[in-house]
Amino acid sequence: MKIRRFDELQVGDALPELVTPPVTRHTLGLYAGASGDYNPMHIDSDFARQAGMQDVFAHGMLSMAYLGRVLTDWFEPSAIRSYSVRFLAITHVGDQVCCHATVAEKFLDQGEQRILLHLTAGNQAGDIKLTGQAAIALA
Amino acid sequence: MIDKKYIGTKLTPFSIVVEKQQLQSFARATGQSDPVYLDENAARAAGHRSLPVPPTYLFCLEMGSPNPQEIYELLGIDYARVLHGEQHFVYHHPVFAGAALSFAPVIADLYAKKDGALEFVVWKTRVEAEEGLHVADLKTVMVVRHEQAARPS
Repeated sequence: MKIRRFDELQVGDALPELVTPPVTRHTLGLYAGASGDYNPMHIDSDFARQAGMQDVFAHGMLSMAYLGRVLTDWFEPSAIRSYSVRFLAITHVGDQVCCHATVAEKFLDQGEQRILLHLTAGNQAGDIKLTGQAAIALA
Repeated sequence: MIDKKYIGTKLTPFSIVVEKQQLQSFARATGQSDPVYLDENAARAAGHRSLPVPPTYLFCLEMGSPNPQEIYELLGIDYARVLHGEQHFVYHHPVFAGAALSFAPVIADLYAKKDGALEFVVWKTRVEAEEGLHVADLKTVMVVRHEQAARPS
C-alpha cells in the first residue's frame, strides 16, 4: 500500500529499511546494460586497477536507484517532487546496500502539503555511502 | 586546471524516446519488484498511462546522448579520473514510457578544492516533453581526482 495522506506520517517516522543482496559483478554488468552507463571502471577490473582502484566498484547511480526504491515502494511516482544525493564513499563488490528514510520535515510548498525525507544508504557494516533527501507531495 | 571560461557553455541538446523494454531492464537491474514498473497492464490498472519512469532514470536517458563524453572531451578531462559527486532531480510532471524527451545541458559551474587536487564539474539539464512541457531539471556534480587514488581501507 502506498502512503497518500499527509497525516499518515509524522516528523521522526522512519520508513522500513530496504536491504539489497550483495552487489556482484553480474549486478554491475546488468546495471551497465540497463542504464547505458558503460564506464569500464564498473565492469572491467583491469581498467579499474590501471586507474588506481583495487577493483571494479558499484555505480553511484545504482545505489541511488536502490535508495529510490524506498520512494517508489511507499509513494506514487507522481508524488515525488525532488530527489538528491551526495556520494560519500564507494560501494564495493560484496557490499549490501542498506537504505533508510526518515521524515525530517512537514511543510507547505507551492500550495501543496509536502514531507521532506532524509535518506541514507550504507553497507552492511554501517558505513554511510550516500546521503540525500527527497520531497514528497501528499494529500 | 579546467578553464572557467566554459561556465555557461551549452552542450549539444538532444531528444530521446523512453522505451518500455529499457524501463523493464532497468527495473530488473535495480531489483524493482513493484509490477507497476515492470508490467504495462499493472501500470494501467494503477491508473498510469504506461510504465512510469523511476526517479533516477532521467540520468540514464541523459547518458543516451549521441556523445555522452562531450563534456569531458570539451574540458580535456580523463574520464578514468571522474567520480560522481552529487546528483539532483526536480520533477515537475511524471514521465511514462513512450514520451519523447528533449535534454538541454548547460555547464553550470567549474571549481577546485584541496589546492586543485580535486576539480568539480557541475552541469544542469532542463528536460522537456512534447510541446515544451517542462518535466524535470537535473543537476550533476562530477569530481575529477588529480591526486593518487585513495586506497579504500
